Amino acid sequence: MIKVEGLYKSFGSLEVLKGIDCEIQEKEVVCVIGPSGSGKSTFLRCINLLEDITNGSVFIDGVQVNAKETDINEIRKEVGMVFQQFNLFPHMRVLENITIAPIKIRKMDQIEANDLALQLLEKVGLRDKADAYPEQLSGGQMQRVAIARALAMRPKIMLFDEPTSALDPEMVKEVLDVMKQLAEEGMTMVVVTHEMGFAREVGDRVFFMDGGIIVEEGTPEEVYGQPKSARTQDFLSKVL
Amino acid sequence: MIWNYKELFITGLWVTLALTAIGYIGGVILGLFLGLGKLSKKKWVYYPCKYYVDFFRGTPLLVQILLIHLALIPSIFGHSLGFFVSGSLALILNCAAYNAEIIRAGIQSIEKGQMEAARSLGMPKREAMKHIILPQAFRRMIPPLGNELIALLKDSSLVNVIAATDLLYAGKVVAGAYARFWEPYITVAILYLLLTWIFTKIIAYVENRYSNSYVPPQRRRVFSFGRTSVGR
Ligand SMILES: Nc1ncnc2c1ncn2[C@@H]1O[C@H](COP(=O)(O)OP(=O)(O)OP(=O)(O)O)[C@@H](O)[C@H]1O
Ligand SMILES: [Mg+2]
Repeated sequence: MIKVEGLYKSFGSLEVLKGIDCEIQEKEVVCVIGPSGSGKSTFLRCINLLEDITNGSVFIDGVQVNAKETDINEIRKEVGMVFQQFNLFPHMRVLENITIAPIKIRKMDQIEANDLALQLLEKVGLRDKADAYPEQLSGGQMQRVAIARALAMRPKIMLFDEPTSALDPEMVKEVLDVMKQLAEEGMTMVVVTHEMGFAREVGDRVFFMDGGIIVEEGTPEEVYGQPKSARTQDFLSKVL
Repeated sequence: MIWNYKELFITGLWVTLALTAIGYIGGVILGLFLGLGKLSKKKWVYYPCKYYVDFFRGTPLLVQILLIHLALIPSIFGHSLGFFVSGSLALILNCAAYNAEIIRAGIQSIEKGQMEAARSLGMPKREAMKHIILPQAFRRMIPPLGNELIALLKDSSLVNVIAATDLLYAGKVVAGAYARFWEPYITVAILYLLLTWIFTKIIAYVENRYSNSYVPPQRRRVFSFGRTSVGR
């Protein structure tokens, strides 16, 4: 479903991704871990071309996202993204946050979009917040709205960039529970996260990134249980 | 003495208000495009906008008014189109340059995550600008755009050099007729002061209404009583 070949990314003279190759299957949940600055966010952002790719290619459903003739907006409709800082639209109510993209991009009508939004809010447990503004919500609630907003485009893939890192500890669970449910429903997910519990329970595979490459990959049991590379062992010993 | 010329002052008030209104509205619309142009990565969009803004901010409005009235318009139309057309045009063009900078800065002040979130949903850049960035940016632009309105109101008196019958003109006529200067010019000053005072009040209201929170005032009160959402 996602195929990455020889992906390189530089910011000016700083080379951040140094050759990433991987393949992610439909319905797979891949967790990406690694030290700060190892390029995890950059990797994720190259998948939906929020960062342009310096070299190499990314394919989604066989379509090369960084090909000249590809309409990136078409790809992005199918790839939802959830950010560490939520990035809700503060000038819109929760309901509008969720309906704006289906209405403007998928040309859905207002009533249908509202129904969809309420359904998604139900799913993330926030149906009663439809009329609230983002500033009236807690961090955990905001992130759940952000997930609902991404889901409203009916994406085939969801990308999460440290979705719980900006949250107070007591709110982490409510967000992870939503993500877990999503995984159980068969969503293809790439999750940058430091939540080992989540990775072990929900993840099919774990990528350990360091220095702009995927140093090690395997099932959560393999990577957390018997890490092969010294860098992985070193990293895990520091964070666990 | 002033009273005998009240018609002139009333006309002057209207002319000043009309010039200000046209100059400002035109200046905001044109300024929006210039501001967006200055954010463009395309060089052929960026540089014309930049040079435009540099020119109109870097030269005196008085010179711009004279250039437009005496040189630009006659050379296009063959004759003058009157002070109102020249004056409005000069004020629009000048105001747009200042507004462009305000609008550019306002747009840049919106966190880049907003654009990224919009783009990640598949919104093209234009749509994201229109629905996500500009509505937020405009709120932040209210105070400086308000200052610009007041500045423009006062600067509009410069169209007097092309024989505009604005507020200042009324003062000059009375001064000329009676060879007295205190009364007419104090009257003019007071009338300008009155206008700026009214404008300040309006701006303060708008600012208050929009600048602090996105939650409409009466809903905010509901919130402060501990409820975050009204049941559906
Ligand atoms: N827009 C940018 N311009 C320049 N350098 C950047 C940019 N974005 C990221 N970088 C650099 O690229 C490197 C990798 O960044 P990235 O955000 O991908 O790391 P990360 O693994 O997500 O780290 P963290 O755990 O801190 O989020 C860092 O050194 C960062 O400073
Ligand atoms: Mg990161």
